[in-house]
Amino acid sequence: MDRIPILRMGHFLLVTIQIDLYDRLATNLESDLVQMVNKTEAKGVLIDISALSIVDSFMGRILGNIGSMSKIMDAETVVVGMQPAVAITLIELGLELKGVHTALNVERGMELLKEKIGSYDREPEDDEDSTE
Amino acid sequence: MKLDIAKGLQKRKNQLLEDWMSLQLADAGLREDLMSNEELREQSNELIEVLLNTISEKKLENIESADFDPVHEILSGISISRARQGFSPRETGIYVFSLKEALIKGLQEDYKDDPPALIEAILKISKLMDSLGVVTFETFIKGREEVILRQTDEISEISTPVIRVWEGILALPIIGTLDSARTQVVMENLLQQIVESGSTIAILDISGVPAVDSLVAQHLIKTVAATRLMGAECIISGIRPEIAQTVVHLGIDLSNIVTKATLASALKHAFSLLKLEVKKAQKEKAAI
Amino acid sequence: MRIEKEQDVVPFRNRVKEYAVKIGMSLVNQTKLITAASELVRNMLKYAGGGTVLMEVISQTRDTGIRLTFQDKGPGINDIALAMKDGYSSGKSLGLGLPGTKRLVNEFDIKSIVGEGTTVSILKWKNG
Repeated sequence: MDRIPILRMGHFLLVTIQIDLYDRLATNLESDLVQMVNKTEAKGVLIDISALSIVDSFMGRILGNIGSMSKIMDAETVVVGMQPAVAITLIELGLELKGVHTALNVERGMELLKEKIGSYDREPEDDEDSTE
Repeated sequence: MKLDIAKGLQKRKNQLLEDWMSLQLADAGLREDLMSNEELREQSNELIEVLLNTISEKKLENIESADFDPVHEILSGISISRARQGFSPRETGIYVFSLKEALIKGLQEDYKDDPPALIEAILKISKLMDSLGVVTFETFIKGREEVILRQTDEISEISTPVIRVWEGILALPIIGTLDSARTQVVMENLLQQIVESGSTIAILDISGVPAVDSLVAQHLIKTVAATRLMGAECIISGIRPEIAQTVVHLGIDLSNIVTKATLASALKHAFSLLKLEVKKAQKEKAAI
Repeated sequence: MRIEKEQDVVPFRNRVKEYAVKIGMSLVNQTKLITAASELVRNMLKYAGGGTVLMEVISQTRDTGIRLTFQDKGPGINDIALAMKDGYSSGKSLGLGLPGTKRLVNEFDIKSIVGEGTTVSILKWKNG
């Protein structure tokens, strides 16, 4: 059975989706990620979807689910590298990926995660870059 | 044995051309500004030569056949180029139909003594010329449509420039009405630029938008949402008092979008988001 | 083209993409079309366990487009008007499938007979 590899980097989990997902793969990713968050006590999850040419409502829901599930396990999720065409399509479809933060690329995503996690230790800052 | 229509006409080629030219030149609507007489003569000569070489007694029976393709081709070329040059449909029509007149005149001389054969020949020739006329108009309109399509593309390209005002800040002044096609172009340009320049803030300036109704507002909201999905923040600026009034009266909710009255204040807001400070230069050293 | 299992979805999407590229569709429209197709195929698998998709290239004087017709022999839809409403779903999803799909394409046509099946046909123009 194919699986999407999940990499661990310090407090973060890193997922790069390189192939077009079919449904089983996506649901597997969802459960694997949640397991990993639990096991590694990760504080942040970064999902790179720059290679995805299609995000439909199912995939969007999986991303949203991962975001909400991680949230209640005390981890932030950032989706990075969305293609412009994908963003336009998602909006047209009516999906706004609520509960998931977004960033332009992996670098920015990392910065955003660090900022967010850093803000736990210090007094909470208002997060203007978030997507709520 | 009756005379061959095609052969008779082929023999008269030069005379036909002269007749045709004089008919064209006699028309009041002659456009010497668009095409010189020499050019016109050359063009006409080419068409008449191809036409006369193509027609023969047998081929006239079936004007739809592929034998006439070269004629159609050359005629299409002429009418498309005329459409682009700005000839009116009337002028283009006269061009073809005056050829018919010239041809009929030629036939009249050929069949002076045989009225029934003359009628038959005229019928055949006018059927042919009518079908050529239809081809001319079809291609003429196609040429015009191409011009219109190209202009539409150009307008939508020109009207949505994306300007890089600062490192990480893009501005996009929108001028004119926003419809869904425009919005798509705007969105595409903006998102593409965001990716290319790695910007995190985009400012949409709508001071050039004449009116904001619920549809336009929806398009704006969509654009903002798409920008956020990409991981960038979007500020809408240039909200004139009238726009603010209509937005509130229509009950459009813009509360989860950052809006500013002017581009300047939007830029200020963007600076503060990027934690940048703009200061007056102190003597020599400039500080940003 | 027959769609019977989940694994058929990705090759199907690639086929649609191939066609879209061939007629020179812009990237955004390609993405919209493929996303719409993906939604409909998913519906087909979920509610009817599979079906067939017909792919056609439509040419008109001014524009070229792709028409996809999805046909299944599933349970059918009881109330199409309700199914087309945002946020409604009989299954466990966001309820964006059908209305969202409609927003992504130029023409959308749905016919359904309860107990016999559902036919959905969508059309996307190259420059639409």
